[in-house]
Amino acid sequence: MASYPFTARYATLPIDNVDTDQIIPARFLKTTSRDGLGASAFYDWRYDAQGGPKRDFVFNRAEFRGVEVLVAGHNFGCGSSREHAPWALLGLGLRAVVSSTFADIFKNNALKNGLLPIQVDPQTLSELLWSPGYITVDLAEQQISTPSGITATFPIDSFAKHCLLHGVDQLGWLLSLDGDIAAFERTRMEEVTV
Amino acid sequence: MPDASVVSPSSPPTTLYDKVWRSHLVREATDATPAVLYIDLHLVHEVTSPQAFAELRARGIPVRRTERTVATMDHVTPTTPRDSAGHMPVLDTVAEAQLGQLSVNCAEFGVRLYDIDADQQGIVHVIGPELGLTQPGMTVVCGDSHTSTHGAFGALAFGIGTTEVGHVLATQCLLQQRARTMEIRVDGTLAPGVSAKDVILAVIAKLGVGGGTGYVFEYTGSAIRAMSMEQRMTVCNMSIEAGARAGMIAPDETTFEYLRGRQSAPKDAAWDAAVARWKTLRTDEGATYDASIQIDATSLRPMITYGTNPGMAMPIDGVVPAPADVTDAGERRTLSEALAYMGMTPNQPLAGTPVDVVFVGSCTNSRLSDLRDAASVVRGRRVAPGVRMLVVPGSRDVKRQAEAEGLDRVFRDAGAEWREAGCSMCIAMNGDALAPGQLAVSTSNRNFEGRQGAGGRTLLASPFTAAACAVTGVVTDVRHLIHS
Repeated sequence: MASYPFTARYATLPIDNVDTDQIIPARFLKTTSRDGLGASAFYDWRYDAQGGPKRDFVFNRAEFRGVEVLVAGHNFGCGSSREHAPWALLGLGLRAVVSSTFADIFKNNALKNGLLPIQVDPQTLSELLWSPGYITVDLAEQQISTPSGITATFPIDSFAKHCLLHGVDQLGWLLSLDGDIAAFERTRMEEVTV
Repeated sequence: MPDASVVSPSSPPTTLYDKVWRSHLVREATDATPAVLYIDLHLVHEVTSPQAFAELRARGIPVRRTERTVATMDHVTPTTPRDSAGHMPVLDTVAEAQLGQLSVNCAEFGVRLYDIDADQQGIVHVIGPELGLTQPGMTVVCGDSHTSTHGAFGALAFGIGTTEVGHVLATQCLLQQRARTMEIRVDGTLAPGVSAKDVILAVIAKLGVGGGTGYVFEYTGSAIRAMSMEQRMTVCNMSIEAGARAGMIAPDETTFEYLRGRQSAPKDAAWDAAVARWKTLRTDEGATYDASIQIDATSLRPMITYGTNPGMAMPIDGVVPAPADVTDAGERRTLSEALAYMGMTPNQPLAGTPVDVVFVGSCTNSRLSDLRDAASVVRGRRVAPGVRMLVVPGSRDVKRQAEAEGLDRVFRDAGAEWREAGCSMCIAMNGDALAPGQLAVSTSNRNFEGRQGAGGRTLLASPFTAAACAVTGVVTDVRHLIHS
């Protein structure tokens, strides 16, 4: 379970609509594991056709080594449902991504894995994008702040927040509803056959 | 038997989405917990399921409803010829291991699997409807964003991640928040050469790739009503490309006729009862949507993308937009980078641009009517020299039907490749891929950088347009070929 609040350095990717095919190209999805995907994160932006690192890409730059937060342009994570995207970002060492909007499925997948999607207003995003440095993430207060004085609050589903803060096992919680599910099924089974 | 989808006279008017949503609530949302939504049909494929089955195995729990869980192999399967015994050899050992894992998982957990050699094998979003598994009013999920396809039947259908695949396998339920609703009204009549694909590309161009985030779309209007089920599936399929969670179309006689007699469709008295229930699945007079947009079908022209997301689409006789004309700095930068990747110049016409590859296939456009559309343009013509055209049916059943009416001959005689069923070059996981720098016109759903192969460039278009580009070798307005 991740602990909050935390303070970490952040990297910036000032590109809108960063899609899941960029976060992890499909050819790396032929795995049956969720581990080791950090090496493939942003692969086609990180490496050239010969596999050499592209020096100017953010995750290849020395000053961003070891960052734990990524600040990116709006509509981050659009595209596919691959949970390999948050797995790859976690594999890079990230604990949170900041944007002005997130694609629905990506946001859901990120929350299920303890990668915090932090949605801020476009003005705050713009300030963060052009001034990389340190950021403090306080999940309990739903607030971010920087030493340079940027502060913002962010929304999060209350159940997802509770689960992240207290390490609640969502599948375990769903399994505990077996009685409710069985009761629903008794009315439903007659109606719909597959 | 109580039926929550039947609205009593005292009920307030309700949208189609709300009817399906409410009739599947195992538990309402509270201040502290999300709603618990029951899932009627869970479709499974090899790429997004192994870690979910592993989770169940680690916890020692079974699949709750094996009869509501159906698996197939589609993403990493080759589309190369089968051997004389009908077996498909898989040469990629990593892909073979993933496919093998799905076989092991389905056998161990008792899940029905249409494997690579099954007669019913195909793209998960093609075979679900084809087998009659997808039905009006159902909740349908799959670890695949194009699950929105099934909304064409008035189902609430959406993509989920692998953790949620595990939730559904184990409990048949998902934790969900209610979505907002957007009506997408498409009235009018499509001109010859203009198709369902052009409608949905126009919708995405209007909304942008994030414009539908948080919404479930309902497509309404005379142009939608006039569409076949296959055309409606094309429209709903790409709802996710505007960011929508799902897209839905109220079922009607077209829906019922499509389903009648299919393998898993209700039979006899159960059929009559089902149709009576399905007829209640429409947005009531007076119900309101959270947002609405309108598209005029009559004035639509064939659409094509020019950039690196599906929202960057324009009429095929238009010119590529110029970053200098974009006021928002972020959007300007995004457009500049997209044009740089695509090798496009601001204000250039796309028509006449040389094409390397044409791909007809994917869960968007690989059904029989799509192949007929493409064949109608290719018939009596040749694929242009230097162009590679791949035609990949969505399922083995589509392939058999197409062959029965001679479409394979049309494509082969023209010099196109007629391949086995699967996702193929839409996602380029199976060896069917663009080479770096190649430009493809593709009937698939995503033109993201490298989507069809690292360094490859994609123009999304309809089967009509793709076929026109194949036979001319350049980006071509299909209306010129129809009229000539």
